[in-house]
Amino acid sequence: MSTQDSVPASKFAMFWSLTKPSQSGLLLATGLAGYMSARCPIFHIATILGLSFSLFLAIAGSTIMNMWWDRDIDAQMGRTQKRVTCKGLVTDKEVLMVGVIVSVIGIGWALAMDWRYGLVVFAGWFFDVVVYSMWLKRRTCWSIVWGGISGAMPILAGRVLGLGSIDWIGLMLALGVLLWIPTHTLTFSMKFQKDYADAGVPTFPSTYGLGVTRFTIALSSILAAAAMIAAGVGIGMDWGFLRLLGVLSAGLFMLAAATTFSPTERVNFGLFKYASVYMLAAMILVVLEVI
Amino acid sequence: MKLSSLNRTLLLLAVLLAAYQVSAGIDGFATLPIIAYTIAFGGLLIAALLIFILGIEALDSPMVVIASTIIPLSLAVGLVWQRLASARTFYLIFAIIGFLAVTLTRSIQMQNKAPVIVIAITHGIAGLTIFLLPILLALQGQVKPLFSLVGVGGALIGLGGLLLSFLKIGKPILSRGAIMRLFPALLPLTTALFVAGFKFG
Repeated sequence: MSTQDSVPASKFAMFWSLTKPSQSGLLLATGLAGYMSARCPIFHIATILGLSFSLFLAIAGSTIMNMWWDRDIDAQMGRTQKRVTCKGLVTDKEVLMVGVIVSVIGIGWALAMDWRYGLVVFAGWFFDVVVYSMWLKRRTCWSIVWGGISGAMPILAGRVLGLGSIDWIGLMLALGVLLWIPTHTLTFSMKFQKDYADAGVPTFPSTYGLGVTRFTIALSSILAAAAMIAAGVGIGMDWGFLRLLGVLSAGLFMLAAATTFSPTERVNFGLFKYASVYMLAAMILVVLEVI
Repeated sequence: MKLSSLNRTLLLLAVLLAAYQVSAGIDGFATLPIIAYTIAFGGLLIAALLIFILGIEALDSPMVVIASTIIPLSLAVGLVWQRLASARTFYLIFAIIGFLAVTLTRSIQMQNKAPVIVIAITHGIAGLTIFLLPILLALQGQVKPLFSLVGVGGALIGLGGLLLSFLKIGKPILSRGAIMRLFPALLPLTTALFVAGFKFG
């Protein structure tokens, strides 16, 4: 293969890495689960494909925009300074252009499918890029709430597309994701506390201390589990699946308690990983329930 | 100790089997057995998942003694409630007292042999119940022969629970390394035997 041939492929790989494929994939999974939770005709292939592509593009677009906006602080943090935006492998202008184009296609596609669905997708993008990244991230540690609201939008968007309106179950599913996100972000902010301090980004650990942060993680994990169970009951989930969700929630509760009362780095990171497995499992149960 | 790919696969298998049992394998049972089996298989699920996520060092947690007690105890309660109606109340009281006694003797610093005796009695009775009851019922023809697989699983989990519990109270039967190597294989094997016993028995 010639060098000329390999350039577009590697460029694509560079931009692909900016979309944080695992995170975007998990958020897309919540969107699909939200759609299926509405018990609409889920095997309508055009709608499923439209939902998948539009939502993924909107999420990926917002992630690229965040990378563009945060490139200066990313360069100061050990965890993020290897990103292509920091290493100069892509120009700022390129990243901005790709971010805007991908976002516009994703949100435009979503609006074309259903204006209510498109509006929720746009709200997620707006809360993430404008409110969380551009406005609050460098000002207050409470910015994560807005990041959380943004992360909760895909599951709500999926349900709105399937149902045609916002209902309490959709809000409960969104609340479950919203409360799950601090488990993720706060664990990161504890693990990479020095990185964030070097970059001047206020975090819960730097503002309130590790004890309060651990308690917040534990509390939000428990409330996330409660919200997911409430949503499961609302969906009319089979008792067997509810039992399983209860068991997984009990595991989350135990790890949250261990994080609060006998914290170690291993337990903290264990909770972080378990919370991701929990959310994925909850989404799978929602999907299996409908199938 | 880093988990090998094989061990990870085995643990994942244990998680999926236990998840199946909790969600679909105990439908149609009475309320108390459902609760007891949910605790037992849920305990197996969480144990396998935590070892998968945290590594084999998860077994170093002080919670392990409690977990390794609650799994066989709740499984034994479920079996007795379903299959030995005359002993239901007695066994439920024994299980509650046994669990509280293990928790208490683990929570308070004790220099005497009370923790060892409590664990040995509680595990011994629960383990023997899970081991013997399904096999005896199968021999008497009250259940299908394959239900005895639950008994084989019971023997294995009883053994695992004893090994772990005695290790945690400082009186190891096998070395720590040997137990750590044994566990990732023991969990899925035990779970598979339980699931197969309930499904085909």
